[in-house]
Amino acid sequence: MSALTQSAPAAAQSDAAPEKELRPPSYWPFVVPALVVVLAIIIFPWVFTIWMSLNEWKVGAPTTFVGISNYLRLTSDPRFLEAVGHTMVYTVLSVVLPLILGTLSAVVFHQKFAGRGFLRGIFIMPMMATPVAIALVWTMMFHPQLGVLNYLLSLVGIPAQLWVFHPATVIPSLVLVETWQWTPLVMLIVLGGLAAIPTEPYESAQIDGASFWQVFRFITLPLIMPFLFIAGMIRMIDAVKSFDIIFAITQGGPGSASETINIYLYSVAFTYYDLGYGSAIAVVFFLLIVALAAVMLYARQRMLWTEIARGA
Amino acid sequence: MANHNISRRTLLTGTAAAGALSLTGLPARAEVNWKKYAGTKLEVILAKGPRGDNLQKNIKEFTELTGIQVESEQIPEQQQRQKVVIELTSGRPSFDVVHLSYHVQKRQFEKAGWLADMTPFMKDPALTAPDLVESDFSAAGLQYAKNDKGQMLSLPWSVDYFILYYNKELFQKKGVAVPKTFDEMVAAAEKLTDAKDGTYGFVGRGLRNANMTLWTNFFLNYGGEFLDAKGNILTDGPEAIAATKLYQTLLTKVAPPGVAGFNWMESMASFTQGRSAMWIDGVGWAPPLEDPAASRVVGKVGYTVVPAGPKGQYSATYGDGIGIAAASKNKEAAYLLCQWVVSKKQGARLLQAGGGVPFRNSILNDAEVQSGVKMPKEWLQSVIDSAKISKLGLPVVIPVAEFRDLVGAALTSTLSGADPATELKKAHEQYRPILERSEKA
Repeated sequence: MSALTQSAPAAAQSDAAPEKELRPPSYWPFVVPALVVVLAIIIFPWVFTIWMSLNEWKVGAPTTFVGISNYLRLTSDPRFLEAVGHTMVYTVLSVVLPLILGTLSAVVFHQKFAGRGFLRGIFIMPMMATPVAIALVWTMMFHPQLGVLNYLLSLVGIPAQLWVFHPATVIPSLVLVETWQWTPLVMLIVLGGLAAIPTEPYESAQIDGASFWQVFRFITLPLIMPFLFIAGMIRMIDAVKSFDIIFAITQGGPGSASETINIYLYSVAFTYYDLGYGSAIAVVFFLLIVALAAVMLYARQRMLWTEIARGA
Repeated sequence: MANHNISRRTLLTGTAAAGALSLTGLPARAEVNWKKYAGTKLEVILAKGPRGDNLQKNIKEFTELTGIQVESEQIPEQQQRQKVVIELTSGRPSFDVVHLSYHVQKRQFEKAGWLADMTPFMKDPALTAPDLVESDFSAAGLQYAKNDKGQMLSLPWSVDYFILYYNKELFQKKGVAVPKTFDEMVAAAEKLTDAKDGTYGFVGRGLRNANMTLWTNFFLNYGGEFLDAKGNILTDGPEAIAATKLYQTLLTKVAPPGVAGFNWMESMASFTQGRSAMWIDGVGWAPPLEDPAASRVVGKVGYTVVPAGPKGQYSATYGDGIGIAAASKNKEAAYLLCQWVVSKKQGARLLQAGGGVPFRNSILNDAEVQSGVKMPKEWLQSVIDSAKISKLGLPVVIPVAEFRDLVGAALTSTLSGADPATELKKAHEQYRPILERSEKA
């Protein structure tokens, strides 16, 4: 008995020893640094923003908890609702135009011709410039009395335009700058796509006597679709959160005709110092972006399925 | 030796010192001990512009006088305002001395208690030179610097009056007289406008927010008041509607196309190119207008006060001050710096270069200072005349930025044809709850 009782712990020990060796080593300490970083710079600011949005939080005044009243205020704030509309229009235009022009220029620059490399280099230069700097240059070019754009129009007999100085033309004019700057990015992505397309489909199309348009429509376009998708995604994210060009050129004006959510958010938080309300706008803006991204991802997923279905 | 130096400097710095001394009846032996805080280090945050330049250029003189080291930085106005507010809110600002815009920040700073009270310093003859007395500042300056308890929370530094700039050459060509009233101004602008030629009678700020500083000149001269006795905002009444109609007429009928998006920069570009005959804006633009490298109208610019309205003639007034952060540990040294910033010598330099107008009458009215002004005599006269009809150009409330944005957007809408009364009413329905919330807090 005593031998038994004595040997029991020994047995347990000898049992435990190999078990320890067999147990997979725990990796969780290695996750801690990343976890701390994520908590500190992503989770905490978010939770804090949500907390601020539930308070009447003004710089230089005591804060009080007000529940969702900041969110209720949003629903009846005409400036915010208009800003949502402006953001939508601005985003759609500044995604679609660079996509079309970028694809066209990629098709052109995919052809072999003399000086192609040099011209490609020139073409992507706008992308390398600082947005605020080019915004200031464009502001002077847009000047209705002294700007070069109206001078160029006058050469071909078109009357002077008001560009960013009129509520009706301000968003298209801003999109013009955005398009000018970001078309090269789309072109680069699509060029990459074009280079990856095998030559066989083109050869067989040539044998079948397909026209240039047919080749583009039925071979090139479907094959570069995934690349266009990526380009569209990048453009969309950039356009929704666009700030520098709009702020430097119009500050949301004339009136509030080019005030996007971002510009309004900036005014509320850093000019009116209404951090609570600003945070509520930030939260809604974030949800909007998440929703947009979800729609895009869903569309991409569906596209993959149909491709697979077609393949099968 | 050091003492001798200082007293000579004081003498040079303030020619009016003796006069002020006898008026105030302060004991003549009272003398500021400038060196008392030698070795202290001060941090100053400035808004970018001629005031900041004038300080930085001559700061060595202050260090020589006091032995106080000064670190200063200039930041563009909008960003400086934000930075200052954020740092002051944190309770531990990185600066001791702060440059503030009264017309935007006065009430906010007072309510938050961010500035140190200078009243006791000003009464202390060991800290304050005898020529620096409250009564030397203009009424607008004192209104800006003092809180409702009568404490001086800052020293008024530079005032900005709105004046009428006009192009003499264009006026002569069309045989138009300088307008004395709003009606005359509209009539003159109509005569001066020649759209085929690309010249227009009037130019001014149309951009939302910025445009409020122009509009208030009209509002005040139509007899408008910003607030009633209970602190309710009044800028949607008949005076405001009349002012907005004038604003709409000028900026749509006789102003260059696209003026709805103009700030002072675009307006100035149009005026300096000789494309607009009249411009109402701050008094500080004379140097660029008279600079041959930047302007085509050098020597052709006339300067005068803003024309009278049916209910009076005022010049909408804005201004800057210099104050001490309540959290600063070097308040006395900071006070010496503030005092030097608004001193006669520094003020005279500012005025003579056309970079700003001191709030102190002893500087503005000094014949010797006046004779050193590098700008045209007419400009100086317009400054002196505006000082006599000066009235604060914006309501003294906390949400000034919201006020400028909302009413400013209403004004801009009238430029594309919207009805002034409806737009103002709409703006006020949005603004009133904002003001109420801020005053309740």
